[in-house]
Amino acid sequence: MRRSRFRSVALAVAWRNLHTYFTTLALVLPGLLFPLLFFATFAGGLSRLRHVPGFDFPAGYTAFQFVFVLLQSAAFGGVFTGFAIARDFESRFARRFLLAAPRRSAIVAGYSLAALGRWSFIALLITAIALATGMRVGGSGVDLAGLYALALLVNVAGGLWAAGVAMRLRTVQAGPLMQVPVFVSLFLAPVYVPLDLLRGWIHAVASVNPVSLIMEAGRSLIAGDPSGIGLAFGLGGALAVGFAAWALRGLRKAESAG
Amino acid sequence: MSSGLAAQVGHLARRSVVRTLRQPASVVPSLLFPLMLLAVNSGGLASATRIRGFPSDSFLDFALAFTFMQGALFATSNAGTDLARDIQTGFLNRLALTPLRGGALLAGQLGGVIALGLVQAVVYLAVGLIAGARIEAGPAGAAVIVVLSVLIGLAFGSIGVVMALRTGSGEAVQGLFPLLFALLFLSSMNLPRNLIEIGWFRTAATVNPVSYLIEAIRSLVVEGWDGQALALGFGIAVAIAAAGLLAADRSLRGRLART
Repeated sequence: MRRSRFRSVALAVAWRNLHTYFTTLALVLPGLLFPLLFFATFAGGLSRLRHVPGFDFPAGYTAFQFVFVLLQSAAFGGVFTGFAIARDFESRFARRFLLAAPRRSAIVAGYSLAALGRWSFIALLITAIALATGMRVGGSGVDLAGLYALALLVNVAGGLWAAGVAMRLRTVQAGPLMQVPVFVSLFLAPVYVPLDLLRGWIHAVASVNPVSLIMEAGRSLIAGDPSGIGLAFGLGGALAVGFAAWALRGLRKAESAG
Repeated sequence: MSSGLAAQVGHLARRSVVRTLRQPASVVPSLLFPLMLLAVNSGGLASATRIRGFPSDSFLDFALAFTFMQGALFATSNAGTDLARDIQTGFLNRLALTPLRGGALLAGQLGGVIALGLVQAVVYLAVGLIAGARIEAGPAGAAVIVVLSVLIGLAFGSIGVVMALRTGSGEAVQGLFPLLFALLFLSSMNLPRNLIEIGWFRTAATVNPVSYLIEAIRSLVVEGWDGQALALGFGIAVAIAAAGLLAADRSLRGRLART
């Protein structure tokens, strides 16, 4: 009984969010445009980087960049859902959710489901475009499933991070606070070349950045030469669990704010 | 310019400058974001300098020009959003009841963009030099970079003003940002055009005016004095500014006629 109530609240929140998203072009475009732009710019404009001495990625530069773009779209699919939460609080719609839901943690679950739905659409599109533009995939079906599962964890973690911020501040003006840390942690990973080709301060930072591990594991999966997978999944899972606690505490703060 | 017109421009420009500089939400991101991307790209893409034919042995020198272009994008957004707010709050309607001339309104409105552009250019240059960049064209070249960068800011700012006058909506002006971001990314911002391998991307970068704006600034940092690159950069910036201001003037007449 309690489980079915939880599920019905989560599904209702997710459905409302997805309906708003898919019927509002202004919401669809940014989430779609940025990954496509990054893919075109990095895979198209920077492909000569594969000639840099020491660059050795058998699946090619397009596949190398595809993994970054997939993870970026996953993280921002979550972050943009945080904007929706903030909007719901600003318009006071979220208060109705809080009053109506018998188990309020289901609201967080619903928003996470919505983030997943939004990202699935974008992931499908960028995968189709990458394959249409000649991306080579070295990994097997299992490797690819692993890559998308890693991205899914990033999506969940990104969404829960943004949900935590949105529920604490309850304003769309908190947008930069949701976006900037995600943007910085993504770009302080080995985006353009593998980690061992980075030099100086960025190498030092990327070496301790958890996103680097996830990105390198994702690249090893698409190349068909899996390495560091367990650690990447462990890290992705830990991020998701940690940010779930962050989001639920944010929910408590929103409840007590009334 | 008659003294009456000068006074009108002066009052509105002062208001625009003060309003821009009083909004940390406008000033801080437009200073920080381009510098953040400069730091990330100059570190992450440093190995690109090992590609045969790359024009510099420092990616920081090469990437510095992009920072000024990204700053200009913020000018579009700031100028347009401020004017849209004036339209939404009815301030423009009140101005329309005064003997204020349209030209004075536009010039004054863009005063904030020019002030912010100047601050941005000086900060980007200072940070670049502190981080180790070297301007091949010397101090005079640095001055030309500041002038060109302010001109580019004015050019893109006028586009933001046109958008604001046509739509009267800050949200619509913000909607222009991804489009301009696409223009920026589909340019020679990360590699020289002759080193871009993919045919369609090289074509897009070649027909994209933003490439020439970036290359004009970059030429002063990386090569020294390159007359052709500078002529192209200044020519395109002036052309965009002229077209933008002309379109803004026409849009303003339409807007005032409607109200």
